[in-house]
Amino acid sequence: MNAIIVSALLGVVMMFSGIFTTNKTIIKNIATAGVLFLLAANLMEMNNLFSFNINTHDLIVTQRYGLFFNCIAYGATFIYLVLSGTDITEVGVNVAEYFALIFFVLCGVAILSSFNGLLMLFIGVEILSIPLYILTGSDKRNLKSNEASLKYFLMGSFSTGVMLMGIALMYGATGNFGMVHSNGLRGVVSATQQPPFLLVAGIVLLFASMSFKVSAAPFHFWTPDVYDGAPSVFTSFMSTIVKAAGMLAFIRVFENQYTILGPTWHIIVDFAIVTTLLVGNITAVFQQSVKRMLAYSSIAQAGFMLFALYANNTEIAKEGILLYAAAYSSATISIFAVLIKLQDYTLDGFNGLAKKEPVLAFAATVSLLSLSGIPLTAGFFAKYYVLAGALQAGGALWLIIVAVLLAAVSVYYYFRVIQAMYFKEGDPQTLPISGGFKAALIVVAAFIVILGVWPSALLSWLYF
Amino acid sequence: MPIQYYIYLCLALFSIGIVGVLTRRNAIIVFMCIELMLNAVNLLLVAFSKVHNTAALAADKTSMLGIEAQLFVFFIMVVAAAEVSVGLAIIVMMYRNVHSVDINFLNRLKN
Repeated sequence: MNAIIVSALLGVVMMFSGIFTTNKTIIKNIATAGVLFLLAANLMEMNNLFSFNINTHDLIVTQRYGLFFNCIAYGATFIYLVLSGTDITEVGVNVAEYFALIFFVLCGVAILSSFNGLLMLFIGVEILSIPLYILTGSDKRNLKSNEASLKYFLMGSFSTGVMLMGIALMYGATGNFGMVHSNGLRGVVSATQQPPFLLVAGIVLLFASMSFKVSAAPFHFWTPDVYDGAPSVFTSFMSTIVKAAGMLAFIRVFENQYTILGPTWHIIVDFAIVTTLLVGNITAVFQQSVKRMLAYSSIAQAGFMLFALYANNTEIAKEGILLYAAAYSSATISIFAVLIKLQDYTLDGFNGLAKKEPVLAFAATVSLLSLSGIPLTAGFFAKYYVLAGALQAGGALWLIIVAVLLAAVSVYYYFRVIQAMYFKEGDPQTLPISGGFKAALIVVAAFIVILGVWPSALLSWLYF
Repeated sequence: MPIQYYIYLCLALFSIGIVGVLTRRNAIIVFMCIELMLNAVNLLLVAFSKVHNTAALAADKTSMLGIEAQLFVFFIMVVAAAEVSVGLAIIVMMYRNVHSVDINFLNRLKN
């Protein structure tokens, strides 16, 4: 509850700070302090020190798991603001509003990690999405940004309509908006009885629209265009924190409902996982622009995160999705922070970066290794946990083999960037780079390696 | 009236909305079709609410069961209004740059 209230208030504070000062550095620092405050408020609730006690009539139920996810998301946002905060202030003139919108998105994250019922799911998803439509189009003079924003908006509201139709049909069948729990379900459908048609249709529509939100195939078409067109700083935010929160909501909403569909459920999820992995990895191989390659790679990573959905309710998969959120967010934020500093986003723009800016090249290398899941980086254990969860759930051996093979494909396109940086000659043009930025990059890289050697450093926080 | 009539009506409205989104080229009309989809859902929710409430009233004269869908409708309206404000702003922004609201314009990123 703390996180929801504090993040919404901080959004308002940021809007007002835009009235009182136009100094970009001050606004950035207020936002960074705000995220730390938000993190502290969330930690207080997690450790039962202080929390707003509001009767939400069970619409919102905070659990340690969700609060822990909040911590990861806010920690990632803090890293994001430290690394790319200055670049956010360069996007346009209304600097304070960008930070305000980021805080509103964080409010959506908090709702999605604690919703209990389809009403709050819907509201959380919308609070998460609507600020993003604006952030995508925040580079107002740039036609690509305009186009990305309009495309994202139209497709996003379309999928909202589909989601609402799903919710309405489920409501028609069950008579309430609570999430259908496997034991609560018996009131509606007995184990042997065929589930009502409306319920099944509703769940399928809900699945489709949630797949859209996390850009899982076959609903991924918006992703490359939007990620490519949006200002790079906001692509970084969208493809990490927002996507992880969407994935968590996806998993939470289907946690107990999948039993309704019976064996059909596995057909649907298998299809989603395989197509997402195939589309993401195979298409990423052919990209020349690194930004676009990262957009496809984020589809591929969503495919891996879907394994946590497959492995419903297994402990290891639940831990895995947290680890995945942390590993994937930190790696992607750091590679995007490097990318933003470059003038040329194509692969050739990275040529010779290691000679000119060794620290940037090193941090990018660690992030890319983590994204491709090389051992000793956080990405390895993230992938390992979700796949182990799927294995524990059973019946998924061929799926895991496909995933591992496609992870090998992903090594190819990630290593092409490393190869360009270290083994090719060139003179990359970069924006001015401060010493603090380099230090922060090193810290994030160290974090990725520590998490890769010792994942329980993060996960043990979940239990005590 | 049987609930089926409402379901058919709402699905018809919803499908008209989907077909409109997929076939029309004018951003404003696409947007209106999305609103049509949302309103079809509103109608369906209210109809279901009535059904569930009537069923609950038969058992208990003071029952409030089944009214939460009507609350949901208000939430949908508010969110739809927020979406309208953001969406129209985006369309205006695009119009200022290209002097058109034709979504065939959306092909610059395709490569």
